[in-house]
Amino acid sequence: MNRYYWILGGFAALVALLAIGLGLNPRDVPSPLVGKPAPAFNLNVLATPDKSFGPKDMPGKVWLLNVWASWCVSCRAEHPILVEFSKKVDVPVIGLNYKEVRGDGGFDMGKMSAEDEKKLAFQRANAWLAQHGDPYKLTVMDLDGRVGIDYGVYGVPETYVIDKAGVIRMKHTGPITPDVLGKKIMPLLAELNK
Amino acid sequence: MNVRALIAIVIFASFFGSTAAVASSTTEAALAADPVAEKRLQALSEELRCLVCQNQNIADSNAELAQDLRREIRTMIRDGKSDKEIIDFMVVRYGDFVLYRPPVKGITLLLWGGPLALMLLGLLILVRYLRRRVSRMAEDKPLSADEAGRADALLKELDTR
Repeated sequence: MNRYYWILGGFAALVALLAIGLGLNPRDVPSPLVGKPAPAFNLNVLATPDKSFGPKDMPGKVWLLNVWASWCVSCRAEHPILVEFSKKVDVPVIGLNYKEVRGDGGFDMGKMSAEDEKKLAFQRANAWLAQHGDPYKLTVMDLDGRVGIDYGVYGVPETYVIDKAGVIRMKHTGPITPDVLGKKIMPLLAELNK
Repeated sequence: MNVRALIAIVIFASFFGSTAAVASSTTEAALAADPVAEKRLQALSEELRCLVCQNQNIADSNAELAQDLRREIRTMIRDGKSDKEIIDFMVVRYGDFVLYRPPVKGITLLLWGGPLALMLLGLLILVRYLRRRVSRMAEDKPLSADEAGRADALLKELDTR
């Protein structure tokens, strides 16, 4: 009899392990960047293409970096939440437009000049923000996705919380949901802004 | 549709397919042109997991990000970076998750040690079971004269029924 309890116990332990494993989100890869300074960049600003912007321009501020693109379907899903956030909360959101043209997949990049790509990217990004609302203090354009690699971007949208010292405190991969905003981002912002 | 038309379509399709494949591989080759660098790129990108399609390495994956990362590795090889520097570059950005052979440390202990621990547990249970069986068999003594008599009586009783 005793032996059967052993087998049953072992089986239950295995089931528990698998249940936990299957319950985890495989996309939720912990970012090694949390706790590290936000990687520097210097990219053109969407609204003022002759000017550039980088994390160094946000000293002593708590801010959000939101990675988006007009071709990104989940970005559209989270967008109203960001628009609402920007109206209610006094925390600047910086947009990082990620591979606006070449990430789309609908263009033959071998045939497009760098100049044309840039023009089209700015045009598309502006049109999208005009249509869906602009929650961003400003948006910078990462045309080739090089800055995205530095930030470990692999699934747009992604959102980073950066503290006053310029250190990444949180990374959220995938669209922001009201749940994530209320339970994770807002408490963290409140704590960082203390 | 007659057979000839079908054959023509098949030939056309295979021709078209192969030229398309040649076109894409030439653009890749144009980026490298250096067989040694290309070999290193191949070896490195087989060690790295693509985060978009998580069960492919970035050598096999055709995802945008994998292409970008291959381009990045090429640039680093051209800049004379060592394999370790390139791997570190990826780990800093994407974490140990990009490595198909993650380092042994606290958080990966279950991953590395789990199978071994399970095997040891299985062996332990097997050994215990076998020992018990041997000792049980040793306890099986032949029947005493008294017991044999009772058994015979019971068997006879059954036969008479």
